[in-house]
Amino acid sequence: MPHTHPETELHNPQSTKPPLDPHLKALENEAIHIFREVAAEFERPVMLYSIGKDSSVLLHLARKAFYPGRVPFPLLHVDTGWKFREMIAFRDEMVEKYDLDLVVHTNPRGAAENVTPFTHGSALYTDIMKTEALRQALDAGQYDAAFGGARRDEEASRAKERIYSFRTPDHRWDPRNQRPELWNLYNGMVRKGESVRAFPLSNWTEVDIWRYIQAEEIPIVPLYFAKKRPIVERDGMMILAEDPRLELLPGEAKREEVIRFRTLGCFPLTGAIRSSATTLDDIISELETATVSERQGRAIDRDQAGSMEKKKREGYF
Amino acid sequence: MTAPAIATAALDETALPVQETARVVRDTRPLRLLTCGSVDDGKSTLIGRLLWDTKAVKEDQAASLQRDSKGKQNDLGLPDFALLLDGLQAEREQGITIDVAYRYFSTDKRSFIVADTPGHEQYTRNMATGASTADLAVLLVDARVGLLEQTRRHATIATLMGIRQFVLAVNKIDLTNYDRSRFDQISHEFKELALSLGVRQVTAIPVSALKGENVVYDGRASMPWYEGPTLIEVLELATTRSAQTVGFRLPVQRVSRPGESFRGYQGTVAGGSVKPGDSVVILPSGMVANVTKIVTFDLVRNAAVAGDAITLVLDRQVDVSRGDMLATIDSQPMTGLAFDAQLVALQPEGIQPGKRYWLKSGSRRQRVQVQPINQLDLKSGKWNHADELPMNAIGKVHLAFDEQAIFDAYEQNRTTGAFILIDPDTNNTVAGGMITAKRAALGGIHTEDSRVILSLPADLADQLMATEAFANRREDAEVRRVTAARAIEIIDTIDE
Repeated sequence: MPHTHPETELHNPQSTKPPLDPHLKALENEAIHIFREVAAEFERPVMLYSIGKDSSVLLHLARKAFYPGRVPFPLLHVDTGWKFREMIAFRDEMVEKYDLDLVVHTNPRGAAENVTPFTHGSALYTDIMKTEALRQALDAGQYDAAFGGARRDEEASRAKERIYSFRTPDHRWDPRNQRPELWNLYNGMVRKGESVRAFPLSNWTEVDIWRYIQAEEIPIVPLYFAKKRPIVERDGMMILAEDPRLELLPGEAKREEVIRFRTLGCFPLTGAIRSSATTLDDIISELETATVSERQGRAIDRDQAGSMEKKKREGYF
Repeated sequence: MTAPAIATAALDETALPVQETARVVRDTRPLRLLTCGSVDDGKSTLIGRLLWDTKAVKEDQAASLQRDSKGKQNDLGLPDFALLLDGLQAEREQGITIDVAYRYFSTDKRSFIVADTPGHEQYTRNMATGASTADLAVLLVDARVGLLEQTRRHATIATLMGIRQFVLAVNKIDLTNYDRSRFDQISHEFKELALSLGVRQVTAIPVSALKGENVVYDGRASMPWYEGPTLIEVLELATTRSAQTVGFRLPVQRVSRPGESFRGYQGTVAGGSVKPGDSVVILPSGMVANVTKIVTFDLVRNAAVAGDAITLVLDRQVDVSRGDMLATIDSQPMTGLAFDAQLVALQPEGIQPGKRYWLKSGSRRQRVQVQPINQLDLKSGKWNHADELPMNAIGKVHLAFDEQAIFDAYEQNRTTGAFILIDPDTNNTVAGGMITAKRAALGGIHTEDSRVILSLPADLADQLMATEAFANRREDAEVRRVTAARAIEIIDTIDE
């Protein structure tokens, strides 16, 4: 039987974690391999850290890949200024706890022009505060490789992604002309200015992520667990109404509901779901019977057909 | 046909992969498969149908599918399944698949990763991408059209890449009025092709992807004459690729030196297993050391097997860097300055003779000159002499290196036997290749500059180096010191 390890000397004798099942173990091995390969081949890698569940798994895998050393590259958080407050608190806690280098970047143009999801609409806002901001941050750091937590099961154009996704000096992705990617032999050769987005979680599905979080006891933002929270209903989405910048429109009213988030982005663009899932077990069983996909709560995917592809071509991660 | 009787017998069973499944423990890892075949034979529709019937399509995705396929609904009122797969704008506009898409679905029994690959010849590279990691290939043929050159190309590439389980889906069988003789004829033709490629496991299934017959649900109502399994039944019972049997292999990805007190070699075990106390040889230097510890994040392990991403600690200070390989002493990979290989040319410029490419295998990247020998004629199945290899060609080549290369034969190890070629002018990946030759690597070989490599037992090597006769020739030769057991193996090979 492959992948059975008689365990001897535990670093942490208190740990009672059972060994990972072979499927998750194989995904973990693949991701660690990718992390090490990128770290070895590129001069200035960076990890995109968005504080969501995929980012949390990504960070955990990075720590595993380089253990007993520390994570040998910085984390980059593109902060739109409109993240959930709990996300920012969580981010700072992680950086402290795991001794990480964190780079935070907000698009100065967007901040100066006061670009908000309310004033500019989700599409333009995302373009300026996320895509443009990411490009600025990558240029400023002269990074030649950026890890991202994208999964191929998320969306149709993501299903077409390579694990090493080549980008031109102006961060463009050409989906029709991707480098062939055979076996686990990744081509990391780039010229100055060119870069690669590397996706160690490509072959993971949403359920894999949750099962791994559970098996590895990975900390995540509490917003993923159901709790009574103030919400307002807008454009068919339940939006968290905690931030004082959320102005109620005529006819809108705050109310309390037991909700949680299946995916986390900017709070005004991320819809909550009604749920009573307060534990990882609950979340996993809820997911296994879910009839809608994970990204149905994300406004930015629905701007137009092929929306994600268009954003990705322009440099969105 | 003069095929061995035993193989013919196995093929005549249209049913499940026979002996394999019984002795294989159910694997919870996903089965990786690819669908391939010519344009318009319905690959995307078939996968769409698989996703739809296994309930992998969620309500919101179904709704946007219905919206996107407005006006394209078929007469069953179902959406255009291909739109589930062809996620790129250009693909939707042209109604073709350009790039490989990976999809994930599961049944109660198993989970699957399916690579939907393009049928167009110009996108063969993307088909090869999907095939390199697959356990099983589903080849589609349009029942009305039969086998095409592209079917042969895809079957050949899949075979070269080591896929040994094939499902022939004779699609659009509904458009032939469920003609049994047509199905039998195509199956027979394909099995002859498969036999000539050395494939022993073929399951032929008459399918209507559009109507969902023999995909997840059986098509008995329309095809009472077909008594074999549905596609999903075959997939649920298929085997993942067997673990490799050659010795321990660890291509070193990076050296971990977080402080003075720790020095570890990080990489993914590419074959065999290792435990503390084992002696390993470091290639290409040939130095030997013992493993003291296998370190992972959670615990110190007492063994690691193929597939494990680990950090290895050795008992002495040795010079090891990225690109080196750690291996078992008594079953080492081949090292040498020249190898023979098969490859698929993936880019419009083809493979040019004499040009110096980058070759990447495992974590090792080095310069190589590629000399084409033969090209496969897909129509006749014959290897013809070739001086260069155009795009999509499948060729046999000779590889000549400036410094020691380290390989296993692809048949023995899919990781240490595979490589990609990178064009230094464009940085693009121009070929995927598999090492075939054992001879070129072992014993004494002559490269273009006539340098001789001699692999000898350590004591013999020392004696030789000390002789006067050899003193004058030291410049022309490189002596590798090996163990006695290894020397016997080399001598056997030279005798061949």
